Amino acid sequence: MNDIKHHLTDALLMAYSAGSLPEAFNLVVATHISMCDECRARMYEFDAVGGAVVEDETPAGLSDGSFAATLSLIAKGTLQSAKAERVDGVLPAPLHEYIGGDLDAVKWRKVGGGVRQAILKTDRSASVRLLHIPAGMAIPDHGHRGTELTLVLQGAFHDEDDRFGAGDIEVATEDLDHQPVAEKGMDCICLAATDAPLRFNSWIPRIAQPFLRI
Amino acid sequence: MLTETLTHLKSDTGAGPLAYTASKTKYIKSRKGLCAKEMTVTTAQKPDRMAWVNHMNAIRDDQDQSAFAELFDHFAPRVKGFLMKSGASPDLAEDVAQDAMATLWRKAHMFDPAKASVSTWIFTIARNRRIDVLRKQRRPEPEELTWGPEAEPDQEDVLALQQESAQLGEAIAALPDKQKELIVRAYYGELTHNEIAEQTGLPLGTIKSRIRLALDRLRHQMK
Repeated sequence: MNDIKHHLTDALLMAYSAGSLPEAFNLVVATHISMCDECRARMYEFDAVGGAVVEDETPAGLSDGSFAATLSLIAKGTLQSAKAERVDGVLPAPLHEYIGGDLDAVKWRKVGGGVRQAILKTDRSASVRLLHIPAGMAIPDHGHRGTELTLVLQGAFHDEDDRFGAGDIEVATEDLDHQPVAEKGMDCICLAATDAPLRFNSWIPRIAQPFLRI
Repeated sequence: MLTETLTHLKSDTGAGPLAYTASKTKYIKSRKGLCAKEMTVTTAQKPDRMAWVNHMNAIRDDQDQSAFAELFDHFAPRVKGFLMKSGASPDLAEDVAQDAMATLWRKAHMFDPAKASVSTWIFTIARNRRIDVLRKQRRPEPEELTWGPEAEPDQEDVLALQQESAQLGEAIAALPDKQKELIVRAYYGELTHNEIAEQTGLPLGTIKSRIRLALDRLRHQMK
């Protein structure tokens, strides 16, 4: 995809490379990079910074049998899962893995206003969900607390200033107050993550708010 | 060959540091007979980045244990140090470092020198093991982009990327201490992305455009 206009920030890429992002954010970042060569190249660059840090690290003494123990590990042949392979379908591989299939395998739940969502299982430091927004409808408001990442997988949405098409990612902070709307003509499917504390009880009334205003 | 050496090593493990040194010398001796050409690289005083790349190729193509032993001697203590700074106890750091080095051996075929230097690749392996073991989290990775079964990365791309990685290392080393400290802390996992956002001025150089070129070539080839 060459027409991606909205990319990851340096801070998110660096934190992804350093391994300090919440799992939910990692999923959004990995999915965007799967769609965006520009950010893939930037990720390799940040990984190279990590390589320089390791190279410059003060060597710590190893125990006597360390090399032998490593050879035993190799001989035992236990290997953790390999990197995500390319898969056929609409969704990039990392997302495919979390859903356990392609778009048709998503277990959608209605949340009002024709919007459907599916919360994906990650650790609880942040949350990530798929959102299906009917063409022309407003994107549910996640509450504008913390950082919020919204990656478009299909269709497009726009706010007052910008248009976000497939592959584009919006990085919103608490300061941003806006009202994104799914473009007419095609339903919009997004992957959205937030590190605001999970409050399921209060979340649903809050996402209903924008629809009341329509 | 590996199994043979391992049987030998297992009987030696209890015998202390001397046994370790002795068995390592044996690998190198046994290799000398096998392939004299690559020995010129492995015996270099301070291997540069291209030499490490050649070591990786020797592991991938010939399961070369002396090349692995040299990579291990250089990188395992650094990875252990890195993991200790990232919050692991010395014992756990050593376990994870061993695990990372074993992964390097097994995934040698996946190492792409047009995208990363060996130290970069080892960093990503160690980081992923750290997330797995220390944070007990899954780490979603981007979809893999691989060269076709017959294609190899362009040698010029490889050389240039390895050189640029070295330059990046030098540029970071030359930063004022305070700024260097922030970068290092970020990679130890001590800073959140919001804290990272507040720091600026990373000397990133040209690696991104280099990799971008390689990716374009790869995309072209995949069509």
